[in-house]
Amino acid sequence: MNAKKNLVAATMLAGTMTALSFVSAGTAQAQGALVMYCGVQEEWCRAMTTAFERETGIKVSMTRKSAGEVYAQVKAEAANPRADIWWGGTGDPHMQAAEEGITEEYKSPKMGDLQDWAVRQWEQSKGRTVGIYSGALGFGYNTELAASNKIGEPKCWADLLKPELKDEVQVADPNSSGTAYTLLATIVQIMGEDKGFEYLKALHKNVNQYTKSGAAPAKAMALGETTAGIAFMHDIVTMVVDKAPVKVVAPCEGTGYEIGSMSIIKGAKNLDNAKKFYDWALTADAQKLGAEAKSYQVPSNKSTPVPPQAPKLSDIKLINFDFAKYGSSAERKRLLSKWDNEVKNLPK
Amino acid sequence: MSRATLGWIVLGWVGFALLPWYGFDRTAVPTLADYFVSGSALIHGIKGAWWLLPILIPLCLGLVPVIRPLAQTNGGWLIASGLLGLALVILQGFAIGLNGWTFDILRASFGAPGPSQAGMGYGAALTATAFLIILCHGLAARGWCRGDAFVTSSIGVVIALIVVFVFFPVTTILASAFADNDGNFAPYEFLVKFLDRSIWGLDCLSSDLRCGVAWNTLFLGLLVGVGTTALGLAFALIATRTDFRFKKLLRVMSVLPIITPPFVIGLALILLFGRSGALSAVLWDWFGVPRSRWIYGLPGVLIAQLLAFTPIAFLVLIGVVQGISPTLEEASQTLRAKSWTTFWTVTLPLMRPGLANAFLLGFVESLADFGNPLVLGGNYEVLSTKIFFAVVGAQQDQGRAAVLSIILLAFTLGAFWLQHAWLGKKVYTTVTGKGDAGIPLPLPRRVALASYLTALPWAIFTVAVYAIILVGAFVRSMGRDYTPTFEHFLTAFRVERSGSGLYFSGSAWDSFFATVKVAALSAPLTAAIGLLTAYLLTRQRFSGQRAFEFGTLLSFAIPGTVVGVSYILAFNVPPIEITGTGFILVMCFVFRNMPVGVRSGIATLSQIDKSLDEASLTLGAGSSTTMRRVVLPLLRPAIVASLVYSFVRAMTAVSAVIFLVTAEYNMATTYIVGRVEAGEFGLAIAYSTVLILVMLVAIVAIQLAVGERRLGRRSASAAPSPVAVQAIP
Repeated sequence: MNAKKNLVAATMLAGTMTALSFVSAGTAQAQGALVMYCGVQEEWCRAMTTAFERETGIKVSMTRKSAGEVYAQVKAEAANPRADIWWGGTGDPHMQAAEEGITEEYKSPKMGDLQDWAVRQWEQSKGRTVGIYSGALGFGYNTELAASNKIGEPKCWADLLKPELKDEVQVADPNSSGTAYTLLATIVQIMGEDKGFEYLKALHKNVNQYTKSGAAPAKAMALGETTAGIAFMHDIVTMVVDKAPVKVVAPCEGTGYEIGSMSIIKGAKNLDNAKKFYDWALTADAQKLGAEAKSYQVPSNKSTPVPPQAPKLSDIKLINFDFAKYGSSAERKRLLSKWDNEVKNLPK
Repeated sequence: MSRATLGWIVLGWVGFALLPWYGFDRTAVPTLADYFVSGSALIHGIKGAWWLLPILIPLCLGLVPVIRPLAQTNGGWLIASGLLGLALVILQGFAIGLNGWTFDILRASFGAPGPSQAGMGYGAALTATAFLIILCHGLAARGWCRGDAFVTSSIGVVIALIVVFVFFPVTTILASAFADNDGNFAPYEFLVKFLDRSIWGLDCLSSDLRCGVAWNTLFLGLLVGVGTTALGLAFALIATRTDFRFKKLLRVMSVLPIITPPFVIGLALILLFGRSGALSAVLWDWFGVPRSRWIYGLPGVLIAQLLAFTPIAFLVLIGVVQGISPTLEEASQTLRAKSWTTFWTVTLPLMRPGLANAFLLGFVESLADFGNPLVLGGNYEVLSTKIFFAVVGAQQDQGRAAVLSIILLAFTLGAFWLQHAWLGKKVYTTVTGKGDAGIPLPLPRRVALASYLTALPWAIFTVAVYAIILVGAFVRSMGRDYTPTFEHFLTAFRVERSGSGLYFSGSAWDSFFATVKVAALSAPLTAAIGLLTAYLLTRQRFSGQRAFEFGTLLSFAIPGTVVGVSYILAFNVPPIEITGTGFILVMCFVFRNMPVGVRSGIATLSQIDKSLDEASLTLGAGSSTTMRRVVLPLLRPAIVASLVYSFVRAMTAVSAVIFLVTAEYNMATTYIVGRVEAGEFGLAIAYSTVLILVMLVAIVAIQLAVGERRLGRRSASAAPSPVAVQAIP
C-alpha cells in the first residue's frame, strides 16, 4: 500500500514545482515598470521600448501583437487589466475599445504639437485614444509582371477594373483585416454606397484571392504571386526598400487612410508611467524611431522629420475620412454583412 | 489507514497553516516571511479574512481517523472531510473576488462591495489537492474500485484537472455563444448565427458559388484523415516489416514535418509551387505548363496538412504494427492461407485500433490546424481561421466565434463516436505473456509494392520541401535574391562576448529560451497524465467511464484560438489567477496535448494482455508497482510518442498561445508569426531551422532516455542466426 501514492505524488510534486518556478519568476518585477501591448512591427516596438527605458529608467515589458489581437486581449482582460498602455496599430480597434470604455481618458500636454488628424482622433474618441502616425491606402504592382503581361501603369482605382488584370489583383478580406475594411469604407465614401458596391462587385472579378492579413498582398506582389495588390502604402514601401520590383501608386480619385493610435488601458496598474510614456511617445524624438526601424508611416508630431521614403501625404489626395461613422460598430457590421452577401459570394 | 492517507492529511494542514494561501501581487517583492506562516490561510483568517476559518472544520474531521486508525467508519470521515473541504475552498474562492462579492445576491444581502481577496497561491492549491485525495482515499475505503486507493486517487486527480483546465474555461467561452453583445441571454441570436448560410450553404453543388465553411472543413478533414492514415501505414509497414535499407533515414524524415514550426511548410510550398515558385518556373520553361495559382485553396492546404500530420499517424501506427503478434499470422500461414489473405484477414484487422486512432488524430488535427489554412487557404475557408478572425478580425464578434467553435466541436466528437462504433467490442490483444517467439511475416508483395509506391515519392517530396526551407534560411531573400548569407542567423541568434561573459544579444534569444523551458516542462507532465488516463480507461472499470473519456478528448477538439481566449477569460481573475505567468502556458499545452498521450496509450494498452497485469497482481504487487514494472516498460512506444508529441507541439503551437504570451514568456512561434507578418521570410525560416534542430536533438534524447520496448521476438533480419547455431553442434 505504501508505494501506491508514488505516481500521484510525483505528478503533484512536478506540478507544484512548475507552479513555484513560474509564478515566482512572474513576480520579479521591480517598481517603476510599464506593461505595453505594441501593435506595429517588432523592430519598431523594440526601438521604442529600449529608447524609453534609456530615457526614463522605467522597465518596459513589451508584447507585440496585431491590433485585432491586442483588442481581443484587452477586452478579455478588462476585469483585471494586465497592460498599462496600448501603443500602435490601426485606429479602428482603438476606437472600438474607446466606445466600450475599456481605455482611459487622458489629455497630454503635447496635444498642441500634433497634426490635426491626430487631434481629431482624440476628440472623436472623447479623449480615450490619440493618433501617433498615419498611412494612406493605395495599391502597387509588380513591374516585371506588369511588363511581361503588357499591362499599362494603373494610376486610379478605376484602372484596377481593366480586363487585363483579371485574376491579378489581391486584397484582404474586410472581415478579417482592418486594411480591407478601410478600402471598403474609402470606396463607399468616394463613390457613394450604391456606386461603391458596384465598383467592388466589378473588382471582385479581378481579385484572385481575399487574403486574411492586410499586408499580405504587398508580400505577394514582391514575390510575384500577384501583379497588383491593395494595401497601405507604407507596407508596400517596405517591400520597395527591400528591393522588390514593386511600384507604389496613390490612386488619382483620392484615398482613405488609417490613423495608428495609442490608448491607456482603464485600470492600468502603472498609470503614472503609462502617462509618462504617452507624453514621450508624442514627442518628435520618439516618433523619429519609426523610420529608423524601416516603418514609413507619417508621424503625428508636426516637428518630426517625415522619412524620405514615406509616401508624401501632400502628393496624395486624401479624402475627409469619417472615422466616427465608419469606425462605429453598427455601421461596420452593416457594411461587412452587405459586402459578404453582395460581393464575396458572387460567381467570378 | 495507510501512510499515504496520513501523508495527505498532513499536507492539507501544511497548505493551510504554513504556505502562502494567496498568490503574490506581481508588483510586490515577497519576503521570506510571506513564503512561510505569515502568508498562510490561518494567519489571514485570524487577521480578518474570516471566510478562510471554516476550512478548519474539514481539516479537523480528517484528524478523526488519525486518532482511531482501526475504526470501521474511517472511510465515512475521510469522505466527509474531503467533500466539505473542497466545497468550502471552491465556494469562498468564487464568492469573494478581487472587487468584493462576485454574485449579485450576495451584494444585495450583505452590502456591496464586501470583502475582497486575491487569487489562490501554493497553499490553497496544496490544501485543495489534499482534500481531493482524502476524499478519494475515503471512497476507496468504502470499497470503490475494489478498494484500490491508487486507482480512485488517479481518477479523482485526472477528473479534477480536466474540470479545472478544460471544462471551466471552455464553458466560460461557450456560454458567450448564447449571449448578445451586452452579455444577456439570447437564444434567438444563437440560432440566427448558427443557421447562417456562410456556414451551411450548399451552393457549390448546384452552381459556382462557394459552399459553407462547415462543409469545407469536414471535407478537408476527411481527406486529410484518410490520406495521413494511408501514408502513415505505408511508412510504418516499411519501417517494421521490410528490410528496406534506409529505414533510419525514413524514420527521421517522416518525423521532420511534425517538428516544423507552422507557416514554414506553407511558405515552402509557395516557394515551390506558387506562381513564381521554383517548380512552376521549371514546368513553364521546359514543358510550357502555364503558371497558375492552384496551390492557394484546397490542394495547397491538403498537401501541407498531409505533410504535417502523416508523422502523427506514423507514430501511432508504428507501435501498433510492432505489437502485432506473429503467432496469429503464423497460425494463419500454417492453415495454408496465402500471405495476402493473411495480411488482409489477420494483420490488417489487428491494426484496427491503430488505424482508427490514426484517422481520428489526422481528422481532428486537420480541423484544428490554423497555420496552413492561413497561409495557403486562398478563398477556401475553414472553421479554424474563421474563428480566429471572428475574434481578432474587423468584426470582433466573440459570440460568432463561440458558435463556430460549437460546430467544430460537434464534428470532432462525431468522429470520436464513429471510431467507437467501428472498433466495437472486438478484442485486439496481441502482446501476451505466452510463448510468443515468432518472426514477423514479411509483407505480401503487393502490399510491399503499394507501401513503397506511396511512401517513397512522398519521402522524396518531403526532402524537396525541406531543401527549399534549408536554402531559404541561408539566402538573402528567397525567390528574389539568392545571395548566400548568414545575416538571418546573426540577427536572431547573435552572441556577444562582453566583460562579464557571454551576452545573448540576438533578437530571438528571449523567446527561444522561454519556449524551450515551457516545452521541457510540459512534455513529461503531458505524458504522465495522458498515460495514466489511458491506463485508467483500458484497465479499470468504473461508472462514468465514457463521460471521462469524452472529457479527456474535449480539449483536443477545441480550436486553439478558443482555448487561448477562454484561458484568459477564466484564469485572469481570482480564484485561479495565472495569466501572464509561464504556468498558464504549461497548463495550456498539457491539456491540449494530453489526448495524444491518451490515444497512443490506449492503442498500445489494448494490445497488451490483461493477464500480464493479473499475473503481477496475483504475485502480490500493488497496482502502482504493476504499472511501474510491467505496464510502463511495455508502453515505451506510447511514452516516446506522447513525450515527443507534446514537446514538439509546445514548440510549434500558434493559435492557442497567441493570447497567452507575455513579455517574459514570449514563444518562438509568435515571434515567427510576427516575422512572417513583416515579410521577413528569411528570418522566420532561419529561426525555424534552429527550432527544428533543437527538436531533433530532443527527440533523439527522448528515444535514448526511454529506450525501446523489448518483446520476446526475433526480428526478421536476425532470423538466420538460430539456424546457424543449430548447425554447429
